[in-house]
Amino acid sequence: MPEERKKILEVKHLKQYFKNGRTVTKGVDDVSFDIYEGEVFGLVGESGSGKTTTGRSILQLYKPTSGEVLFEGKDVAKLHGRDEQLAFRRDAQMIFQDPYASLNPRMTVEDIIAEGLDIHHLVKDKAERRKRVEDLLETVGLNRNHASRFPHEFSGGQRQRIGIARALAVEPKFIVADEPISALDVSIQAQVVNLMIDLKKQHDLTYLFIAHDLSMVKFISDRIGVMHYGKLLEVGSADEVYEHPLHDYTKSLISAVPQPDPEIERSRKRIDYEYGKFEGDGKDDQRSMHEIRPGHFVKCTDDEVAYYEKVAQSYEK
Amino acid sequence: MANRILDVKNLKIDFHTYAGEVKAIRDVSFHLDEGETLAIVGESGSGKSVTTRSIIGLLAKNSQIMGGQILFHGKDLLKISEKEWQQIRGNQIAMIFQDPMTSLDPTMKIGQQIAEPLIKHKGASKKEAWAKALEMMKAVGISNAEERINQYPHQFSGGMRQRIVIAIALICEPEILLADEPTTALDVTVQAEILDLMKDLQKRVKTSIIFITHDLGVVAGMADRVNVMYAGEFLEKGTVDEIFYNPQHPYTWGLINSMPTLTSEKLESIPGTPPDLLDPPKGDPFAPRNKYAMKIDAQMKPPFFKVSETHQAATWLLHPDAPKVTPPDEIVRRWEHYKELQAADKD
Ligand SMILES: Nc1ncnc2c1ncn2[C@@H]1O[C@H](COP(=O)(O)OP(=O)(O)O)[C@@H](O)[C@H]1O
Ligand SMILES: Nc1ncnc2c1ncn2[C@@H]1O[C@H](COP(=O)(O)OP(=O)(O)O)[C@@H](O)[C@H]1O
Ligand SMILES: [Mg+2]
Ligand SMILES: [Mg+2]
Repeated sequence: MPEERKKILEVKHLKQYFKNGRTVTKGVDDVSFDIYEGEVFGLVGESGSGKTTTGRSILQLYKPTSGEVLFEGKDVAKLHGRDEQLAFRRDAQMIFQDPYASLNPRMTVEDIIAEGLDIHHLVKDKAERRKRVEDLLETVGLNRNHASRFPHEFSGGQRQRIGIARALAVEPKFIVADEPISALDVSIQAQVVNLMIDLKKQHDLTYLFIAHDLSMVKFISDRIGVMHYGKLLEVGSADEVYEHPLHDYTKSLISAVPQPDPEIERSRKRIDYEYGKFEGDGKDDQRSMHEIRPGHFVKCTDDEVAYYEKVAQSYEK
Repeated sequence: MANRILDVKNLKIDFHTYAGEVKAIRDVSFHLDEGETLAIVGESGSGKSVTTRSIIGLLAKNSQIMGGQILFHGKDLLKISEKEWQQIRGNQIAMIFQDPMTSLDPTMKIGQQIAEPLIKHKGASKKEAWAKALEMMKAVGISNAEERINQYPHQFSGGMRQRIVIAIALICEPEILLADEPTTALDVTVQAEILDLMKDLQKRVKTSIIFITHDLGVVAGMADRVNVMYAGEFLEKGTVDEIFYNPQHPYTWGLINSMPTLTSEKLESIPGTPPDLLDPPKGDPFAPRNKYAMKIDAQMKPPFFKVSETHQAATWLLHPDAPKVTPPDEIVRRWEHYKELQAADKD
């Protein structure tokens, strides 16, 4: 069925290299994937694997080294005129990891949330602006009278709600949420995740949800992509990737996640990852995404397809 | 009988701040036996770090002990001089922090840093200590140890630095290792390696561990016993199986329930936020966020009710006259599993 669904985002051979003197860091290295309208696409991987860079490149916060990002079919690097650019900046929003660093401490909550409303001229006067902000505060579970306060008066979870309200203010279609819960306590993480799920339904949103907490990503995502060293190694439905991982790296990553269950923990066997076998062996240039099972892709050479087909078959028994 | 090495009794700690007295630790009691791992789990601000710092004599200047005892082999650590602390700290009791850089000296070769406690506490010669340091580096899984022993902290990754800190903490084979969120800043794969390493070394060195974390997954894998902390108090204490399969306090239910398991359909979140410790609540501190709360919860602090020889929970729900409540589905499922485990144990 995925063929019938509309793609809201297409990332094609995206590369984002950082030059620092003579060294080049391949922050994102030839990454391709699609996000369908209305889904949550989870991006997981260890720190430094390129998740944030992918999100920022999609939103054109960096100028990609090469590759394309299509939003609703249009190349976002080649939008025509100010109108199209403004429209994209409105349609695609970001929620940041650090609820402390991402809110300007000298601005009131109202001014923080209304920044986008002002840029895009979405309110006609002060009274409407205030009302919109108060409504948004209520939407994200805060108090209407919080509007005139400053960020330092709020807890981490509340600040993250302010960040969500700011992103929602301009009625976006697509939100990149970069580790929105990583800095929060467990009980507060669940609140924010539940809020994001509710908002997605109410506002027909699509998310790129970036996280290193695999259990949470599995929970919130429809599909998952696994990144390692700037490369996207595996993509599939959340259940497929978790229950039938193909790439050795994915298997290793999943096997390392501790579960809140002593019996499972006592019997958990970690799988070590051997770098240089299916990645980093000099053949990376020959690797591209191959569909091994319907909707389940792995980055491999043509020769490795047979191997992964065997891996996939081994799960069927 | 297990050998009891630490007994903390009715500990109370305040902090003086411009806003008033922060009542950070409000009557906390627990013990630690030889060779075991006790996990203290709770949200940020619940008092985990303050509790551990009090055991190693590293409380902030604005703190004040309001009462209690910390008995280490019968000696009250709250009464000893800084000179006596110099003998104990890093020797009989050692600590690992979340950020390894807080315990490493950026200007000193790591070999020297690992060797130093041996020279200071065990009277080892420089040469002996250096050789032991090299051995320890290998034990904590630093490859190329002969070469890397001469390097500086900035030349190591975060995970490697935490291994170095573990080497320093364990080189004197301490009786107690305090580990305050030692893996929270690390990636899961690195975390898994560090946790395995700690378990391994614990067996070799026979150290007891107090493991602080907010991650219930890590607790399930590391702990023999678990104390659940909230707003400066313990709300529930038990063996790891009792806490995970037979939890009794609604806060423990909430914590377990807000973690997605690999099969969960819906997340049950705990509403609200922890109380302000400048003015802590009178009764059960969790009552304002607790949908199972009764009137008495707001008025009177519940005592610990005994569930088993090793399991206690401070909730009025365990009072014989309390109405029976049905916990969340996930908890019911765990309770049923617990009954199966107990039945299997009897056979
Ligand atoms: N602005 C930048 N300049 C130089 N290198 C960068 C920059 N941003 C990220 N990198 C590097 O790119 C890689 C990927 O980083 P990032 O996307 O932040 O990873 P993640 O979000 O998965 O932790 C890392 O090696 C990082 O150091
Ligand atoms: N030096 C200090 N001055 C004032 N308050 C403090 C100080 N240290 C800790 N606290 C307070 O004590 C409480 C417990 O803190 P802490 O033990 O660090 O929590 P945890 O480690 O569980 O996150 C918190 O409310 C914290 O703000
Ligand atoms: Mg990142
Ligand atoms: Mg702490």
